[in-house]
Amino acid sequence: MTFHVILTELLNGMLLTVGIFALTLLFSMPLGFLVSFGRMSKQPVIRLITQFYISVMRGTPLMLQLMVVYFLPWYLFKIPLSSFWRFPAIILGFTINYAAYFAEIYRSGIEAIPKGQYEAAKLLGYSRSQTFLRIILPQVCKIILPAATNEIITLVKDTSLAYTLSCIEMFSVAKQIAAAETSMVPFAVAALFYYIFNLLVSFVMNRIEKQMSYY
Amino acid sequence: MEMQEVPYLEMNHVRKSFGSLEVLRDISLTVQQGEVVSIIGPSGSGKSTLLRCATLLETMDEGTLSYLGKSAAIMENGCTVYAKPAELDEIKRSFGLVFQSFHLFPHYSVLKNLIDAPIHVQKRPKEEAVAEAMALLEQMGLADKADAYPHQLSGGQQQRVAIARALALKPEVLFFDEPTSALDPELTGEVLKVIKELAEAHMTMIIVTHEMEFARKVSDRILFMDKGYVVVEGTPETVFRSQNGRIQEFLGKLQQP
Ligand SMILES: Nc1ncnc2c1ncn2[C@@H]1O[C@H](COP(=O)(O)OP(=O)(O)OP(=O)(O)O)[C@@H](O)[C@H]1O
Ligand SMILES: [Mg+2]
Repeated sequence: MTFHVILTELLNGMLLTVGIFALTLLFSMPLGFLVSFGRMSKQPVIRLITQFYISVMRGTPLMLQLMVVYFLPWYLFKIPLSSFWRFPAIILGFTINYAAYFAEIYRSGIEAIPKGQYEAAKLLGYSRSQTFLRIILPQVCKIILPAATNEIITLVKDTSLAYTLSCIEMFSVAKQIAAAETSMVPFAVAALFYYIFNLLVSFVMNRIEKQMSYY
Repeated sequence: MEMQEVPYLEMNHVRKSFGSLEVLRDISLTVQQGEVVSIIGPSGSGKSTLLRCATLLETMDEGTLSYLGKSAAIMENGCTVYAKPAELDEIKRSFGLVFQSFHLFPHYSVLKNLIDAPIHVQKRPKEEAVAEAMALLEQMGLADKADAYPHQLSGGQQQRVAIARALALKPEVLFFDEPTSALDPELTGEVLKVIKELAEAHMTMIIVTHEMEFARKVSDRILFMDKGYVVVEGTPETVFRSQNGRIQEFLGKLQQP
């Protein structure tokens, strides 16, 4: 296998990696808000359930969670596992895991906003949703940006866990080629890919941070 | 028969407790159009709580509250019942509040702090809101700060922006809770000057303050509060010359360095 072939195969795996990354962010970031609202709910039942959910997501390995999501339909309903279920299961597993982490990040940001901001908004006649969208959320975004960047960078690397469900993302490709060729080169190339991917993520997040540093 | 003037603010027999702590005990306050009323008193006497009840940030346990004859809260079977949310929203338009620590929106420029609520809450046209905001900034001596962000301003400037932000919604009644307590003595003057100008323009105001000289000069009426009661109430002369032991003690303490 030439270096060129190794590269193209890895690039194919990379596409899947990027897909998992993008879809996970797309779903988990909004879902995280819902979870954080549940976590801060005045209803003790909702709060406790959300708290439990978050603690399970953070307290057990993501690899295990992916397997549970994948095998659950079969265990519960005896639905035969198909290869079509593999990718959605991966996205679902990643999403519910990352939503828990994002929820805690959002909560830390929301709780950092002084009570006076809510009171000022209330006095000026803003509705509850206007207060959240116009006054609170923009400030929360700025506060949580560093923590969110960390989480997003971790996600880039975590995508490799998709290999547990034999999803042929970049890391799995590297492993297969490395085994076939008895060479470490594919791993080195894969590492370089992850690194460059993360450099890009950092660059983008830095730009956003600069954009927000006007106050 | 002479028409009875409708008070701009009327609070009657207000009571408020936090747990077992009785903070307001039977407070009544009526403010007519154009009146400036100052509330003074020792720390913990309930001044802020009274303003927070009047501005619907806290709920009263007992008592009534109305603005311009419209009831925000009435008494029913011994406890306070508030009006429906829609009515309260309407009543909320009658008043504004200036906080001790400003609470400007840090992510908005000075101008946006002033126009955002007029545009998005009161649905006024943007051009109109901007023109009025600029006029207010001019009045506050801050016309050159329209594009600045709150963190770029001094405390005195921030407080003047906060006053302008409250005025931008054209309230009938403006409350101040220790508007200068977070400021250096040099910056206090510029904020008091603005409030004094508002008084001269017959803005109806209720001001909680520790600035006795200012209260004496600017107020039509002063309330001295202690332990949840209004102990002395009257013109500045009456209150400052009062022989009441509590007020003597309070004023005496202030004069000590
Ligand atoms: N949300 C609250 N929960 C419990 N206690 C409160 C709350 N708000 C105020 N208090 C208590 O009520 C009492 C009156 O407080 P308040 O802030 O009205 O006093 P104040 O006259 O404004 O004092 P200061 O001059 O220090 O501002 C204080 O003992 C205070 O600790
Ligand atoms: Mg106070």
